[in-house]
Amino acid sequence: MEHSTERRKLLHLMLAGACCAVCGPLRAAPAQLLTRPIPSSGEALPVVGLGSWITFNVGDDPAARARCTQVVQAFMASGGRLIDSSPMYGSAQAVIGHALAQLKHPQALFSADKVWIGSGARGPSQIDTSRRLWDVPRFDLLQVHNLLAWEEHLRTLQQMKAAGRLRYVGITTSEGRRHGELVKIMETQPLDFVQVSYNVLDREIEHRILPLARERRIGVIVNRPFRQGELTEALANKPLPGWAAEIGCTSWAQALLKFIVAEPGVSCAIPATSNPLHARENMLAAQGPMPDAALRRRIAADVARLT
Amino acid sequence: MSEWWTYRLSDLLMFSKATYFRLFELQNLALWPLQLLALGIGIALLIYMVQGGARTGRIAALLLALAWLHVAWNYFAQRYATINTGAPWFAIGFALQVVLLFWLASRKTEPRLVPPIGSLGKLGLAIAVVALAGYPLLAPLAGRPWSGAELFGLAPDPTVALTLSALLLWRAGPLLWIVPLLWCAISTATLVELRTGQAWILPVLALLAAGARLLTAMRGRGWGS
Repeated sequence: MEHSTERRKLLHLMLAGACCAVCGPLRAAPAQLLTRPIPSSGEALPVVGLGSWITFNVGDDPAARARCTQVVQAFMASGGRLIDSSPMYGSAQAVIGHALAQLKHPQALFSADKVWIGSGARGPSQIDTSRRLWDVPRFDLLQVHNLLAWEEHLRTLQQMKAAGRLRYVGITTSEGRRHGELVKIMETQPLDFVQVSYNVLDREIEHRILPLARERRIGVIVNRPFRQGELTEALANKPLPGWAAEIGCTSWAQALLKFIVAEPGVSCAIPATSNPLHARENMLAAQGPMPDAALRRRIAADVARLT
Repeated sequence: MSEWWTYRLSDLLMFSKATYFRLFELQNLALWPLQLLALGIGIALLIYMVQGGARTGRIAALLLALAWLHVAWNYFAQRYATINTGAPWFAIGFALQVVLLFWLASRKTEPRLVPPIGSLGKLGLAIAVVALAGYPLLAPLAGRPWSGAELFGLAPDPTVALTLSALLLWRAGPLLWIVPLLWCAISTATLVELRTGQAWILPVLALLAAGARLLTAMRGRGWGS
């Protein structure tokens, strides 16, 4: 056990080193951040990102926008890179754009957005609107949201990637919907990423999607790591079991995230928060020892028992 | 939306409780002192309801139309639309009700506000009082600031609640009930998903008003306008 912990620490140091090589000055602070290479390129990505569903949809409220800016600042200062949004998330894209402008456009940002419109022909104009809201020259990753009009949109995204106007292409689903169709797309289409729901209690992707992603060299982004707050809420008043200390966790949120990112097939989990302290705390899940297979089973059993 | 049957109500909720209620606070701060005018109009409506009659009924319809127009534009189109992609549709729904209320106000003999006699009349007045005086108290009672009070003419729920009482006292026909009752359903669903204690208020008011109206219709007085 001790030997494997040391090996993990060494791996973390190596991964953190690789991470620092590709990041800007904001990234230098966290020393032992776990990253994973994007399968299609080898680019290192921290295993914890930032989602924006609900939490960043705050409209024009200046106070709430300032707080979202603090969240992005805390996330980036902790070494985070991938921020994920969608045109479906109300004002979230504009709020992210506001935060990035306030933070003078951090170089380390890995911008991940989606295209979500029934008409393939209207995809490009929606993407351009999203890009202007973020105020970025180009997106790092664009994903077809919830498989909507995926054939037309994937064609658009592949063309954008070929023209150098996009770095990575992906497709998303959530809450276990349409996994059969997603598998077919993964088998036949060139994809850099898929985004799916995965957490300690919802583990369907372990059967087919994770193995297939490994085989096809597709990165996996994980949404709903806390079941949209349901898990952290249910566990809020439950004391952390003894194993939490073994993996350096001081909160259930960290433990739930470590359970996810310890799975080698996961590229990045994207918890959403409107609290800057939680953003920092979530990033701690990308540091320190990770649970091994036996401990992951224990975590799953304990969470199932306590919720 | 594909596989729409697998979506739950909570999957469609795209904002937090704090963000939802903060909208009223921001609206109140931006519109002050318009609240005083809205309150004045609300009190005038209450007085007209107590008085009853055809002329007061027409003026009440006109004032309610203005209140609905303000909510459609200032709340739904300008504010709620920033956090809810469905808000422009709600604005259109409220605008339809504005047209119906203007049409009602233009009629020579209708609407006639029935004086609040008997238990049904008193129920109509009680709903109006809840809309005008009860709704503003919900924010402080729930621990939110007074500045986030939901007011008639600015926020949708008290505006719809006051309209329900007028519809009851007008003995209004089914057409005029459609949008208010639809909004009651939408607002209730939203507030239930936001897990707020006030979620039950609007459906109870709607059930009381619509139930009382059905009772009057069944007693043979007809649907009127």
